[in-house]
Amino acid sequence: MQNKNLKRVDLIFGEYAAEKYKTLQNALKRSPEEIINELLDSGLKGRGGAGFPTGLKWKFTKQENSAVKYVICNADEGEPGTFKDREILCRVPRKIFAGMAICGYTIGAKQGFLYLRGEYRYLLPDLYKELDIYHEHAKKFGLDFTIEIRMGSGAYICGEESALFESMEGKRGEPRNKPPYPTKAGYLGKPTCINNVETFVTSLMIIRHGAEYYKKLGTQDSRGSKVFSVSGDTPVADIHELELGMTVQEFVDDFGDGDTKAVQIGGASGMCVPRKKFADTIIGYEGVPTGGSMMLFNSTRSMYNILHDYLEFFAEESCGQCTPCRVGCQQLLKGIEAVKRGEKKPEYLETLKKLAATMKTASKCGLGQSVANPFTSIVNNFREEIIY
Amino acid sequence: MTDVNVIIKKQVEKHGAKREALMPILQSIVADKNYITEEDMLAVSEALDISAADVYGTATFYTFLETKPLGQYVIRVCKTISCHMAGKDEIIKTIEDALKIKLGDTTPDKKFTLLQANCMGWCHKGPVMLINDEVYPELTPEKTIEILEEYMSKK
Repeated sequence: MQNKNLKRVDLIFGEYAAEKYKTLQNALKRSPEEIINELLDSGLKGRGGAGFPTGLKWKFTKQENSAVKYVICNADEGEPGTFKDREILCRVPRKIFAGMAICGYTIGAKQGFLYLRGEYRYLLPDLYKELDIYHEHAKKFGLDFTIEIRMGSGAYICGEESALFESMEGKRGEPRNKPPYPTKAGYLGKPTCINNVETFVTSLMIIRHGAEYYKKLGTQDSRGSKVFSVSGDTPVADIHELELGMTVQEFVDDFGDGDTKAVQIGGASGMCVPRKKFADTIIGYEGVPTGGSMMLFNSTRSMYNILHDYLEFFAEESCGQCTPCRVGCQQLLKGIEAVKRGEKKPEYLETLKKLAATMKTASKCGLGQSVANPFTSIVNNFREEIIY
Repeated sequence: MTDVNVIIKKQVEKHGAKREALMPILQSIVADKNYITEEDMLAVSEALDISAADVYGTATFYTFLETKPLGQYVIRVCKTISCHMAGKDEIIKTIEDALKIKLGDTTPDKKFTLLQANCMGWCHKGPVMLINDEVYPELTPEKTIEILEEYMSKK
């Protein structure tokens, strides 16, 4: 039975029918500065996982002196265990387009793009239908901001913002060096404000209800609510919107199957939290931040198999551009296989951990940098399962 | 199958003869016949006035831009963790038995190709598969057979 002790929030999916681009219309009566201040005050951080303050991103892009700027909605949701953006795209697309349009008005952009992953192509007919409705309203409001949809083609790395720009420019999805950051030089080298799907919707709801309303949710360090994608060994696999700042124990009490031994927070690139640390680990920026992926594992699961799955994923999805990630992913995978087969001694895991640490320091982008998260947290907490 | 130059022309009209048109062009070719040939790549490089190596580089980077012949219906079963835990191996075995092919193969009549793919965003309703652009979540062996039979009876 589900306890349902945690408060459910209905910010992202609620009040949809009444939306009808009213929030956008009202926002256009306010100054861009006012909108940015509202977002800054709300404490909203990017909902894709990296957690950069949204208000700052909008502010930096607005400050750039350029005739051409872009707004891009990152709908290249590819993190294993994450499916909340698909639900948002499917159920409340109007809120996404309205949020993008407010961003365009705020930063001074005339063109927006929604970059949709190739795996979600079936969403296109409904998205185009809503996009027509959006453009009618924009015309009526006298807002010069058009939105186009661009498709990905099955590459996890294109969720990394600079790889996404490369992809839109017709190139291989290979991340760029940073700086310059997208707010200065993004798509086609122009200032670009790129946010996750959920971030645009949350921004819209903050503009609609005000920062004060939003600040009542969550904790001081992790403001607001978040859509969680819950999967694995749970009787209630689905999306759930919850306040940030709960402990993993509280989460497991609500969503576990009574036998949860570990929770992977933040997808394959996130952290594995074992049972003994449930009570002391907070889900949020003061503990383990997350793009919303929560995978639960019970005692019947082999953590070796889980780690093997993740490493295989990264070895396949590494763009191959930089050596630490290209070679590192392969070697970590081969390494745990060799330890499991007994060809390498258990101490070899220490060498692999050093390699993971090097990847964290030396990889060019978030993909290679974050492989150490699952690797080290699983190897440290479930060493016996990796060896025997 | 549409002439590749017709596809290119249509996308160039929409996006301009610029490098930004490359992904939409390649995606349209795949949507039309499931894979991109070397001749197609040369035609694209000419139309956009970019090196054929650049076109090849982009085309071979993306999993969904196939450069080898595939069947009319491309089946992609999600292999990532949640679907793995939910029993994707059994689904693959079911499809292999029903179509009498192995993972990675195409049926002799060129109707089906069976592949695996990484996370498709249906972790709460796995196992899941895509057949071309259509998605089929919450698969069981029985349900998988029903879906396959539906496609087998299609022309």
